[in-house]
Formats: sequence, C-alpha cells, structure tokens
Amino acid sequence: MNNIIILPIIIPLIAGLVMVIFRKNVYAQRSIALLAILSTGLVAVLLAGQVKSDGIQVLQAGGWAAPYGISLVADMFAIILLIITAFVSFCCLFYAFYTIGNIREKNFFYPLFLFMISGVNGSFLTGDIFNLFVFFELMLISSYALITLGGERKQLRESIKYILINVMSSFFFLVAVAYLYAVTGTLNMAHLSVRVAEAGQGGLMTTIAILLLMVFSLKAGLVLFQWLPGSYSAPPTAVAAIFAALLTKVGIYAIFRMFTLIFYHQPEITHLLIGIMGAATMLLGAIGAVSKWDIKGILTYNVVVSVGLILAGLAAFTTGSITGSVFYLVHDINVKALIFLIGGTVIYLTGTSNLKEISGLIRTHPFLGWMFFIAALALAGIPPLSGFLGKVLITKGTFDAGEYWLGAIGLISSLLVLYSVMKIFMNVFWGETNLSEDMEKGTTRGIIVPITFLTAVIVFLGLGGESISSYIQLAAEGLMDPDLYIKAVLGE
Amino acid sequence: METVMSIIIGFFFAIGTYMILSKSLLRIILGTSVIGHAVNLLILTMGGLKTGGPPLLGLKSTSSFTDGLPQALILTAIVINFAVTGLFLVVAYRSYRVLGTDDMDQLRGNEDE
Repeated sequence: MNNIIILPIIIPLIAGLVMVIFRKNVYAQRSIALLAILSTGLVAVLLAGQVKSDGIQVLQAGGWAAPYGISLVADMFAIILLIITAFVSFCCLFYAFYTIGNIREKNFFYPLFLFMISGVNGSFLTGDIFNLFVFFELMLISSYALITLGGERKQLRESIKYILINVMSSFFFLVAVAYLYAVTGTLNMAHLSVRVAEAGQGGLMTTIAILLLMVFSLKAGLVLFQWLPGSYSAPPTAVAAIFAALLTKVGIYAIFRMFTLIFYHQPEITHLLIGIMGAATMLLGAIGAVSKWDIKGILTYNVVVSVGLILAGLAAFTTGSITGSVFYLVHDINVKALIFLIGGTVIYLTGTSNLKEISGLIRTHPFLGWMFFIAALALAGIPPLSGFLGKVLITKGTFDAGEYWLGAIGLISSLLVLYSVMKIFMNVFWGETNLSEDMEKGTTRGIIVPITFLTAVIVFLGLGGESISSYIQLAAEGLMDPDLYIKAVLGE
Repeated sequence: METVMSIIIGFFFAIGTYMILSKSLLRIILGTSVIGHAVNLLILTMGGLKTGGPPLLGLKSTSSFTDGLPQALILTAIVINFAVTGLFLVVAYRSYRVLGTDDMDQLRGNEDE
C-alpha cells in the first residue's frame, strides 16, 4: 500500500475544480495550473525512486484487497510516462499562457486542461480494466470540450467527427469489457492475467483481445487513424500539441498493457496482427505526410507514423525491442509536442499554414529555425538525438524476431518522415525572406521558452540516454515479466 | 432468457447502426444513444441474469446470489453516456447555429478554409 500513487490523479482534478471558482481571475488560474502540474511531476519522480528501490507500488483503493476493489498500480513503465506527461503538459501550458487568448482562458481552458491530464495519469496508473474505461472517458470528455472551445467553424466541424468516432470506440470498449467479464469473471488486470493463463488463451479469448485491439487502435491511431489529421489540425496550437503528444500515446499504453500483461499467449496471432497494422500505419502515414503541402497536415501525419513504429516494437516482442519502444515512446511524446509547438508558432507568425506562401523565416527567427532542424533530425532518428536509440533497438528487435519486413518498413518510413519534415524546413526557413519583422502577426517572445525546454530534453535524451537507461530497462523487464505485476497486485 | 436478451441487444445495435449511418446529425446522436442502451443491456446479460437472491448480507441464500458488479458497471456507464450525449447535443446545436447545416454531406470541409 502506498497512498501517494493517487496524487497524480487527484492533484489536477482538485486543482481544476478549485479553478472553476476563479473564472475571471486568469492569473490565479495560471499559477494554480502550473503548481498542480509541477507537483504531479514531483510526485512521479518520487515514485520513480520508490519503484526502483522497492519494486512495483500498489494502492488498493478503500482498503479493498484485489481483485475485489480497484487497484492503482505504479510500475516503472507507468511512472516514466507520468514524468514525461508532467513535463510536456508543463511546456504546453507555458505556451498556452502566451497564445491561447483571453476568451478561452476565461472560459475554463485551464480546468479542462487539468481534467484531461488527470484522465491521462489515471489511465496510466489504473490496474482495473473498467476503471481504465472511466479514466479514458474523463480524458476524452475534457478533450471534446477542449477541441470545441472557441467555437470556430473548422473546430466545430472536425469536433463532430472526433466525438462520434470516440463515442463509438468507447461503446466497443464496453462491449469488450462485458465479454471479458462473462468469460473470466474478473476485471482486475492482474487477476485477468492469472485467469487467462490458467484457462489458456483459446479462440474466444483471442477474439476479445482483437476487439480490444480495435478499440485501442481507434484511440491510438493505429491503421484506424482517418479521423486524426482533421481533428488534430482544428484546435489552437497548445491544445493540438498536447493532443498529439499525449492522447494517442494513452491508446498505445493500453495496447502495451493488454498485450504484455494479459493476452501474451498467442503472439503468432495477436502480435502478428499488431505488426501488420503497425506496418500499414507507418506506410500510410508516411505517404500522407509526404503528400501534404501544409504544415499542420504534415505534422499530424507524422503522429500516425510514430504510432506504427512504437507498435512494431511490441510486435517483435523481445526484451530489446520493448526497451526500444519505451524509449521511443518517451522521445516521441517530447518531440511531437515540440514540433507541433514550432509549427504552430510559424503559423502564428505568418498567418498561413501553406508551405508555398512562407519562406526565409531563418533570417528573422534563427533560433526557432535551428530548433526545428534539431527536432526534425530527432524525429527521423539521426544520432546523437533522442529518436536514434529507440529506433535502433526497435529495428534490431524486429530483425532478431525474424520479421525483416517490419524493420525494413520502419526504416523506409523514417526516410519519408525525414523528407516530409525537411520539406517544411526548406520551404519555411530557407529561401528569400518575404516577411519583414513588423509584418508578422505575433511575436515569439515568451513562447520560445517552452520550445527551448523541449529541445533541451531531446538533446539530453540523445546524449545522456545512458543516465535514464536503467529506468527504461526496468520498465521493459517489467512488461516482459507479467509475474512481477501479478505478485505486486495480488500479494502472495 | 439470455437468448431473448441477446436478440433484443442485436436489434438495438441494428437500429443504432442504421441511425448512425443517416445524414442528419440529430439522428446520428440518437443512434449513439440507442447503441449505448444496447451496450448496457449487454453488460447486464454477460454478468448472468437472475441466478439467485439479491447480493445482500443477512439474506438466507449465501451460496447462490445474483452478481451485483454488472449493475455497478452499468450505473457508471449510464452516467458517462448521459454526459457524453448531453455534450454531443450541445456541440451539434452550436455547430448547426454556426455552420448553418446538420447534413453530414456538407460537413466534409474544404481546403481553403
């Protein structure tokens, strides 16, 4: 029992509720929001130390022993994601201070933001599959409100599709939960794992597993990503960045949890399917990214490509490839937030998203331009930046597992990704300057700070990857050995 | 009894799917609501329909009692479904006011916006 596990969930929740009182006082809201995110980050770092020294930490809510009550489980994988979530949301929040606008700030932007973070943290920490559904909904309902907040034509149009597709996938999640309960009679993930291992993963179980895979694929944007480019280009930059960084990753986290903890008995069906879906996602996403000529289009398709690559690591299913996936997941949350913030800043400065209308920004904004260059290289996985290590481990894992096609598609898609982001760099930052400083529609003062933070972390993860590799290793070993998780939750 | 329930659930799913495939936004939202009910019934059925007494301490039949967990799950699901449907209706109304249409064909969007 460890009570501080609940803190990353309830700190943002309570802070958000308190903020509703100060609706007109924007400064109070800003400071409470920053404080809340900072303290969740600190709690997560504290938990990381405890998990490293004492193993997986568990909280049985209300003192009801598992599997009767709801368990909250903090293993290293969840903790790493909590830390990076706190960091990225801190940066996006900082960015929002300067760009989101007074009207949105006075209409509950910060409470909604914190409720969403609470849902994300809850999804990472919960050890109960129905509770996972509840936290998913907390996250999604806040995101519905965030995507429509402002009420612009494009926002409303895209949000209808976004809400409809997510409502449907939530229903299928419930259907899968109902089937799972009928077959196993439990909803606690550790207990599910025991029951599935005892009864054997027959055809019925595998069908339920694939239904769950479909549900989480919709959320993560694995193959079923057709809703994603439209919805992620509609909201303002700070919101789009946090969506791109976190929301799809929660779906990825759920897929990892399901297929390493519970449904790991038939990798020749489920993990092969994940591999095929990952390969298709990488190819389709890369083609989409190459074909687009506007900044937001290219960036949203890049979100899709990385989902495919991370799940390729799961499909290979070796300790090395899972380590690579965890590392790449951390990198990707960071770099997606960064690249969306820079892309948004370019649109903010020039007032257009069309690559053909922008050129020569490097002359007026050298710092922004070179940080975009670093982010682009990291995205493509050029050493010594943060994308490299993860990509190498995933590719090596797929080769070790004998799935050469998967590794090859991963590498090809990396090349296309590099081309697509370099297209932005060449068009936006290179060339003749056609926009003088006083013609710009905004200023980068202030918003450059969070962008610099994110870039610094990318460089740090690349050069100093060794310093966190013991944590990543621990997370991957925890994922590959379900018994650790089961023992921590069920005792004995 | 389970068979009858299954047929009813299938029927609800069919109606909901039909409504979601229509063009009018209001019918789509009602369709999601119908599917929501179907899912709730599914959870109830999957937990096993009446198999004994109520799950209360102090009642005689401690050996055979109906599982109470699905009902707790459904209660949560109903509340969430209610909130989402309410939000969806508000968004639909707002977008009808702003965009001037509730026809999904005209909500495709175009490049020059």
